[in-house]
Amino acid sequence: MSAHDWEAVIGLEIHAQLLTESKIFSSDCARYGGGDNEYVHPVSLGMPGTLPVLNQKAVEYSTKIGLALGCEINSRSVFARKNYFYPDLAKGYQISQFEEPLCRQGALEFYVEETLHKVLIERAHMEEDAGKSIHQGDATLVNYNRAGVPLLEIVSGPDMRSGQEAAEYARMMRRVLLYLEVCDGNLEEGSMRCDCNVSVRRKGDSKLGTKVELKNLNSFRFIEKAIEYEIQRQIDTIEAGESIIQETRLYDSAKNRTFSMRSKEEAHDYRYFPDPDLLPIELTDTWIENLKKTLPELPLARQQRFHRDYGIPLVDAANLTEEKDLADYFELVAKDSGNPRAAGNWIMVELVRELRESKCTVNEAPVLAKDLAKMIRMIDDGQISGKMAKAVFQEMWKSGKDPEAVVKAKGMVQMSDESAILDVICDVMAKNQAQVEEFRGGKEKVFGFFVGQVMKATKGQANPEVVNRLLQEKLKGSS
Amino acid sequence: MLQDLTATVEAIRKKQTSVLEVAEYYYSRSKNLDSKIGAFITLNPNILEEARALDKRIASGEDLGPLVGAQFAIKDLLCTEGLRTTAGSKILAQFIPPYSATLVDRLKKSGALVLGKTNLDEFAMGSSTETSAFGPCRNPHRLDCVPGGSSGGSAAAVAAGFSMAAIGTDTGGSIRQPASFCGIVGVKPTYGRVSRYGIVAFASSLDQAGPMTKSVRDAALILETICGHDPMDATSSGETVPDFANNLNPEVKGLKVGLPAEYFAEGLDPEVKQVVEKAIGELKKLGAQIVEVSLPLTEMAVPIYYLIATSEASSNLSRYDGVRFGHRAKFDDRPPEDLEEFYSRTRGEGFGAEVKRRIMLGTYALSSGYYEAYYRKACQVRRLLHDQFIEVFKGCDVILSPTAPTPAFRLGDRIKDPLQMYLNDIYTTSTNLAGLPGMNVPGGLSKCGLPIGVQLMAGHFCEQKMLNVAAALEQAMGFNQGVPNVGS
Repeated sequence: MSAHDWEAVIGLEIHAQLLTESKIFSSDCARYGGGDNEYVHPVSLGMPGTLPVLNQKAVEYSTKIGLALGCEINSRSVFARKNYFYPDLAKGYQISQFEEPLCRQGALEFYVEETLHKVLIERAHMEEDAGKSIHQGDATLVNYNRAGVPLLEIVSGPDMRSGQEAAEYARMMRRVLLYLEVCDGNLEEGSMRCDCNVSVRRKGDSKLGTKVELKNLNSFRFIEKAIEYEIQRQIDTIEAGESIIQETRLYDSAKNRTFSMRSKEEAHDYRYFPDPDLLPIELTDTWIENLKKTLPELPLARQQRFHRDYGIPLVDAANLTEEKDLADYFELVAKDSGNPRAAGNWIMVELVRELRESKCTVNEAPVLAKDLAKMIRMIDDGQISGKMAKAVFQEMWKSGKDPEAVVKAKGMVQMSDESAILDVICDVMAKNQAQVEEFRGGKEKVFGFFVGQVMKATKGQANPEVVNRLLQEKLKGSS
Repeated sequence: MLQDLTATVEAIRKKQTSVLEVAEYYYSRSKNLDSKIGAFITLNPNILEEARALDKRIASGEDLGPLVGAQFAIKDLLCTEGLRTTAGSKILAQFIPPYSATLVDRLKKSGALVLGKTNLDEFAMGSSTETSAFGPCRNPHRLDCVPGGSSGGSAAAVAAGFSMAAIGTDTGGSIRQPASFCGIVGVKPTYGRVSRYGIVAFASSLDQAGPMTKSVRDAALILETICGHDPMDATSSGETVPDFANNLNPEVKGLKVGLPAEYFAEGLDPEVKQVVEKAIGELKKLGAQIVEVSLPLTEMAVPIYYLIATSEASSNLSRYDGVRFGHRAKFDDRPPEDLEEFYSRTRGEGFGAEVKRRIMLGTYALSSGYYEAYYRKACQVRRLLHDQFIEVFKGCDVILSPTAPTPAFRLGDRIKDPLQMYLNDIYTTSTNLAGLPGMNVPGGLSKCGLPIGVQLMAGHFCEQKMLNVAAALEQAMGFNQGVPNVGS
């Protein structure tokens, strides 16, 4: 059986931690960090007699996400208790939503390279996060700072067919969450968590195979690789005549393989029932409509617009729209400089690298959009070469000065005066007669030597385009 | 000194007595005599100090509120900051909450004091206070009988003159039935009137706390303080709280009193029947109109109660796992084999038999394959029962019925047969299921000296009507609640 006869069926469950000040059902702080068990409250610790009260901001953020995903927002949704015992689950049940979730039937579109994909969003529901268990030797420490932080669980349909597709889906989901400013999409810290359900079946088969859940995938790369490994593992298992065990597996990134979780996996009966401590969420059409009006231009639309209006390739546009601030910055530079392609390149390569190294955000960048735009205009005008511009950019980053000031200070103005360059060329040729003969004798490679010599003589400031043109003329000529 | 709360507070205001004097009386009486009754689990060791502090503030001209100097015996299901709160269970035997129930805070803000925490059935699961891990409580009228439950300690404390008033909770009748057994007034308000924050949860959609008092006017006064929306309880109501005490009006002329046929069926204890019929007669004399009504789903009340309450309880009690607070099993000889052993030893040691029984029942009713047939079905029937009450209240102002099927029974008589024990609740559970207000008014004594009460119910948020009729009955029955002799 070849790989072509198999089809992978993949669904993703993404948990997004919402950026509210307080937790979903209590007033303690919902932020990341804090000292050991510092961000707690009797309610989030499940102490006797305590009761949950819903955080309105959490509903607002959740509804915004649902709207951005094109979901039907249920005007009435109900909290339900998911009952199970675990030390980091303070009440012995998680307050979640079961039969009546907040959002249903949406979709997320995204590009995989140049192809547009659409994945169904089956539902999105609100729930509370649990605390964190830290295993130390034969003891377990429990930190409840995270217990009660609001989550939106977004469940896709089993529409994806490859690890790459799943990774792109997750990337686009992250972009949406960042654009809405409701989640910081940090896979490493766990503010966005992706669980993947993977099964395989023979092509043409309509029945679903046994699915395996992959957890703890804390980078897009790991999502892709873990799924790819798992697909192959399942194919190999079935082809060897064995059956797939329905289980939860983790990913070992060092060995690039998935492995079964140590603990015994029984099918849990969560005994869901509507939580009698909370009223159903009831939303008016007006409230939902008003919220819809506050949605920004979403990342896919922005990516498509960059491609259409600025001629940016789709893959590049995806990178430029990774975060709203970056996309905003790009648009300012693109419009101001009049050269969107150049703007895109400078941002994706130089700016992003500097941002990563100095660990700062786009808004904190010492190079302002208008200054980068100016720099690009200076290149296009021939005032500086592209190569020089790299150094100019570095200096702009370090000093925060605008490009004109930097160029002036460094005396880096590009020499484009044709007669001046011609003088240098003649001088170089005169000093290197042997190589001239070589070139005219057919050794084309020597051309590079001449370019180097001219640049050296002009301290790198000669306009390379002009140098090239004039050198070609002179060398190919007879004198 | 054995006046009701309203009179005592009046006396304190008029400086006829001091908070300390009143506190000393009740505190020493409780301390000296409670060994005979078992009404208290914990007495407040600081009460005299607190009383002195209140007197000082009064002396400086401060108005401390409508309940100034009143002491309350608080059912040990309500959290009291700094004062042990056990829920009648080993699993919380040493639990000292770092917060108080909203109800307790409101009492204190109105000038009241906490005398102590009263005995109860473990986690409020019972009708006789016999499942308490801290020993049973005795009925002050006959020491070989139960005070009722689960708020038995609160009822006994008021009946024995240990406290001028008490707070109980009522999930299926746990204020009203012990009030009936002990011959005092006990009110369960409309669901949502009183905040549940800080009250150890038994069944979230049924629990309500309420006053247990000597007189109807005391209950009305206390209700004014404890009712009202609480932002810490999402199920608490924003409905305006009337001046129950000021508006108390025993005029019942023209009022329609409904008698549900199903509550007066065959098998009603003749002594209970007698008291209830007397009450009906008195109301007729006063000009009330008696109306025959019907609540056909009454026979479903106990079964659906025991499905819904146990289901909610099985979930509410999951937090008692020994991880963050409460009892944790010792593993000195060897560590637990796995997490399951940690949990099962801790909870096995901490919970009593009735609690375990109800947790298992509730878990079963919610479990996959049974949820539809049991829990969901019970909720649907509950809705129908609720709607039947709405219909009935279109044709009457209050409903009158027995509170309990019999007077207090002897300690040990029913504890071995859980189902028989559950049938104590037949007249009271419907009230909780429908979220209605209900109360007990003492009516008379049985031949062997045990109190028999009469139950009143009203429509949602119609406590005033109910209290008014209760005030009329209180006067008419002329039932002198004199304190039984439990010692000097």
